[in-house]
Amino acid sequence: MTAITLVAARTQSRSRRIKLGTLLSLVVLIAAAVLVVAPIAWALATSLRTPATSFDQPPQWIPSDPVWSNYKAVFQQVPLAGFFVNSFLVTGLIVVGQLITSTMSGYAFAMVRFRGSKALFWIILATMMVPLQTTIIPVFLIIKYLGLTDSRLSLILPAVGGAFGTFLMRQYFLQMPRELGEAGRVDGASHFQVFARIYAPMARAPMATLAVLTFSAYWNEFFRPLIFLQSTSKFTLPLGLVTLQGTLGTGSISIVLAGVIIALIPSVLIFLAAQRYFVEGIVAGSFR
Amino acid sequence: MQPARSRARREALFGYAMIALSLVVVFVFTAAPIVGSFVLALFKWDAISSPQFIGLDNFEALLQDKTITHSLLVTAGLAVMIVFLQVALGLWLALLVARRASAIVRNLFRAAFFLPMLASAASISIVMTYVFNDHFGVINYYLGALHLPTVPWLSSAGGATATIVLVAVWQQLGFTFILFVAALGSLPQDVLEAAQIDGASSARLFRQIKLPLISPTVLFACTVGLINTMQLFDQPYVMTKGGPGEATYTTVLVVYQTAFQNLQFGYASAMSVLLFAVLLVITAVQFTVSRKWVFYS
Repeated sequence: MTAITLVAARTQSRSRRIKLGTLLSLVVLIAAAVLVVAPIAWALATSLRTPATSFDQPPQWIPSDPVWSNYKAVFQQVPLAGFFVNSFLVTGLIVVGQLITSTMSGYAFAMVRFRGSKALFWIILATMMVPLQTTIIPVFLIIKYLGLTDSRLSLILPAVGGAFGTFLMRQYFLQMPRELGEAGRVDGASHFQVFARIYAPMARAPMATLAVLTFSAYWNEFFRPLIFLQSTSKFTLPLGLVTLQGTLGTGSISIVLAGVIIALIPSVLIFLAAQRYFVEGIVAGSFR
Repeated sequence: MQPARSRARREALFGYAMIALSLVVVFVFTAAPIVGSFVLALFKWDAISSPQFIGLDNFEALLQDKTITHSLLVTAGLAVMIVFLQVALGLWLALLVARRASAIVRNLFRAAFFLPMLASAASISIVMTYVFNDHFGVINYYLGALHLPTVPWLSSAGGATATIVLVAVWQQLGFTFILFVAALGSLPQDVLEAAQIDGASSARLFRQIKLPLISPTVLFACTVGLINTMQLFDQPYVMTKGGPGEATYTTVLVVYQTAFQNLQFGYASAMSVLLFAVLLVITAVQFTVSRKWVFYS
């Protein structure tokens, strides 16, 4: 009898402790989430205030009477539309290029027998370890030699193929049954048809992962545009916004912030539409 | 019926054709440049007159150059602080979120922590320049409102270092968080339950079961984090320009200014080679550590 009450009491205190712990963990999580979202919320709120009041304290987290004129101003006073088009063009073509080259090479390294395939794959994989920042000078000189300085192509060309995409696609194709292709070959399909009609359509998931990761990497890129581009008309969004901050000065921060928010919108939309591919991509990278 | 040899040859040709594009891009824009960096490092060159072969003089000069040694120390310091905080906070938050049963709640937190990663480091740095502004920034406003001393965030060496660490950690937290949520989610539930039934406290459960099991992910997060933060550029370029003094003058910032503003391409290449060597050492050390310390099931 006493033993039973004792056990019951212990379980009860334990479950109360767990409940308290759960509550505390929720408080910590909410506090962390608020802190993480706050700077972006501040940028959004301030972008809706007039430039003259943007530094008024205390900060207004929910603008009592939002001013949309900053969003008009970034397009009128600043070539933001041009930055936007450049970013879309550059990022879009890099994504398409990456998808084509990586799907092809990933497939070949997984499914096609040819001499030196292992060695070539390892060479490509090894370049994944080479950080861009340490090779930027020769890359800049090659761009110059090709006559591509100050062109959007200088950003696109070096980025349309890469180790990560090849690796990701190969991993995926390795798991696919070879029999499908063999059957296709018996039916008279060419090697390329087997790839394009049978296997590539089955690889939509890793292609989506590669697409979203490539998009967010190059949409947000600052280092190469800073070095390769000179004319404002070719600037991509991050470079354009940083330049804007320098030239407009502190008097117009709400206009700059409107630009920052606009630049963020496509990424957020893609994240909302393809959240699981972002997560899969990050996790896939850790299991190599 | 085709003879087997010509069939194999055709397959091989197809294979080469399929990898050709990737191979060209990787060779021209990654493999050749790495060799190019080593070669350029042996020359004195201002990009205008013809390059002059000077052997290892650039490397000798590097060892005497206080700016570069200082920048390596600054960068390493930033990297260690950033990676430590990122991994510790990411893991802690992941452990807390693992307790939440509801998938909707978990996804909400994930979206919140991921949000900063969607923005570019450059434009986030613009926002943070205002947020951390010494005089009219939001942070100092709230510190003042709470009667706490305000911090000279961007105008003192310690403040600028702290700002860069905080901004980098804040932006990359979602990365470690997602990694650890996935790693914790794939732990064998029966083992955890058995340990709980045996009366293991949650602290013990973490130290003796969870942490060893996710140690490969911890190591991965540290490696990737260190390699990335050793190349820190966007945040100091936008927020501090390396200052005040040389307090946040990171190595890539030095390389950038030496090459593209002072036009010392040979000397800057020698710096790149040095940085590359440092990154290789980090990778090698972590590889060794992983064999001794990390648990692979």
